[in-house]
Amino acid sequence: MSSRTLPLLFINLGGEMLYILDQRLRAQNIPADKAKKVMNDIITTMFNKKFLEELFKPQELYSKKALRTVFDRLAHASIMRLNQASMDKLYDLMTMAFKYQVLLCPRPKDILLVSFNHMDAIKDFVKDTPSILGQVDETYQQLIEMYTPMCSGEFQLIRQTLLIFFQDMHIRVSIFLKDKVQNSNGRFVLPISGPVPHGTQVPGLIRMFSCTGEEVNRLKFTNGGNYAAATREGSFEIFGDRVTKLGTNMYSVSRPVETHMSGASKNSAQNAKVNAAPNPLAKEELNLLAKLMGRLEDPNPANTESGFRVNLFATDEEEEEALISRPDELSYGVIKIQATKDLQANAELAKIMGEFTVSGDQSPSASSKGDDLLAMMDGL
Amino acid sequence: MYHKEKSIPIKNSASALYNNLGVLRIAPRRLTYFTVVHANVVNMVSSSWDGLDCSHRQLQSKEPNVATSASLIMQAAFCSLQSRELLVVTSQKGIQMYESDGSIMVYWHALDTPETTTAQAVFARGISAVPENYICVGVSSGSILVFDVPSKGTNISLSEVLDEHKESITDMASECSGSQECIADLVSADDGGNLCVWKSGEEFQLLHKIHGFDMSCSSVKLWKGTVVAGYGTGQIRLYEAVTGILHAEVNAHARWINSLDIAPFSGLLLSAAEDSLVRVWHLNLTPETNSVEIAHLHNECVTDTQICGAKFCDNDGYAFAVTGYDLGEIIRYTQT
Repeated sequence: MSSRTLPLLFINLGGEMLYILDQRLRAQNIPADKAKKVMNDIITTMFNKKFLEELFKPQELYSKKALRTVFDRLAHASIMRLNQASMDKLYDLMTMAFKYQVLLCPRPKDILLVSFNHMDAIKDFVKDTPSILGQVDETYQQLIEMYTPMCSGEFQLIRQTLLIFFQDMHIRVSIFLKDKVQNSNGRFVLPISGPVPHGTQVPGLIRMFSCTGEEVNRLKFTNGGNYAAATREGSFEIFGDRVTKLGTNMYSVSRPVETHMSGASKNSAQNAKVNAAPNPLAKEELNLLAKLMGRLEDPNPANTESGFRVNLFATDEEEEEALISRPDELSYGVIKIQATKDLQANAELAKIMGEFTVSGDQSPSASSKGDDLLAMMDGL
Repeated sequence: MYHKEKSIPIKNSASALYNNLGVLRIAPRRLTYFTVVHANVVNMVSSSWDGLDCSHRQLQSKEPNVATSASLIMQAAFCSLQSRELLVVTSQKGIQMYESDGSIMVYWHALDTPETTTAQAVFARGISAVPENYICVGVSSGSILVFDVPSKGTNISLSEVLDEHKESITDMASECSGSQECIADLVSADDGGNLCVWKSGEEFQLLHKIHGFDMSCSSVKLWKGTVVAGYGTGQIRLYEAVTGILHAEVNAHARWINSLDIAPFSGLLLSAAEDSLVRVWHLNLTPETNSVEIAHLHNECVTDTQICGAKFCDNDGYAFAVTGYDLGEIIRYTQT
């Protein structure tokens, strides 16, 4: 539908991913310098100039499989490793969080404010690193340029496109259940109270006019809810109060996140059939993004001196258990792609990738620390 | 005033689209057809009036003769003309017309899709039958395609393209009162909230243009010369079609309105929005004083659901049906 949806989907999902990883890195007591490197590497990759150029081109949304592949790569853009079960859980949390935000946005245009909340937080993660900060600022500009001129109908089309992407996803997230924003059947609570969106009046008034435009009658009716007038509008500029809390970080070390796999709806099997028809174009075009990211995979897999594993579950046993018991219809079927092979096959891509490097440094004294860290992780 | 009946299950949940429910009453067979769009599929249900029998069919959006990626459907609606009824399905690729039971596709019109994807989305949306023999379909560019439909057979042709709107068409409606006295035959609405009022014929004539206020009008109806328009702000406005005079303004909903419907025999109006509410109103027209009144009658709340389609199931408004995003059923209500 809307060809302008992918940047918003990517940036918001990326933002949620960073919130979750940040929480897990702190919960698992990963040393500050390692944690910072992971966050910086991922953010640098997310905001790489060439990558963003590709992202912002008008295009249809990627399939769920394709987007999951992109995020797989993104999560592995640094020295951190995630097992399949943890990656699955990470992706579940990211997608359910953004689905929640899209649904709860009072106006379609507020999705841009949600995006700015994510951007503001990302900016805060890299505030000490000017090089990355510059990339983030440029992205603000691109977002403002592309989205602020859009009319309400175009934003609604973007929102409708996103909602088709999230259709039938009802994974229960414990932090949402605890806060009572999600029901036990996986559906989000939509309150019929609170402030109305900016630009909307509280329902309940009928005004009737004469042919000359004078108001001749006023009638009131019960709106069945408990609404209040709209609050002030959030800022659509690089700096400013976004007003909405949607898109801000809801995790902290003391609020761990779990998901319940049994939230799958009975329709999901049917849906899987309808949407699983192979798209002959997808494998080719789609992985331009994945390819761009593939370059960042450690070219020397044996070099794990700084690498460590992050677990999205409380214990390794839980993680293993989650992998075994994950229902089939919720598997993401990540597409396996060999980045180097694809690179060789496409000279143009190779040229672009050459320009696409992360200035990662591996401190020479890290080896022994790395070993200790790995040992520590295994013991958790 | 209304109570909930047994729901009708559908094969897929409804997608978040404007006007996402089609209803066709087949009196001779005591059946009602419903259509609900899910991504690239139209779910059709044929339900018997006693509620005991339900049969399902799915129509997929496709482009004949070309193996291509799935194309998303924007809308499916029944078009009742004098001698036949067709089901029209609009998507990103084009316009499909089927026999009303969805059994045979009788016509396909491809949209001009550019080679590489453009910033402006391309799709068809906004469907209306215009008696005696036209079907009008809106396009994302703002154009309206007028198709000439013979009383039977597949010899449907594009008769005219109306280029008045500059923004994407959202919805269209024809005069539904059955009255011969009405001058205006069709109203079209767009993303800027602009409304165009037309007279049908070999060449459609623009009678009036009502300017919007920079807010999308997602659903529109035309009854006894009155335009009823629902907006993204949750407001409903009533205009006199031919003159554009504003008769009434209703702060009706707390969120985007996705669907409006009118029961032509009784003047009941149905409105449904993303705020989970369906509201029933009554329209009262006094031709002598040229006044239009609207009164609120009833609310139904579909808990935790953003409603995307709501339609009366009969011309009196005795029953209505509702669809919601992510909901795998059609909810029905009948008068107590």
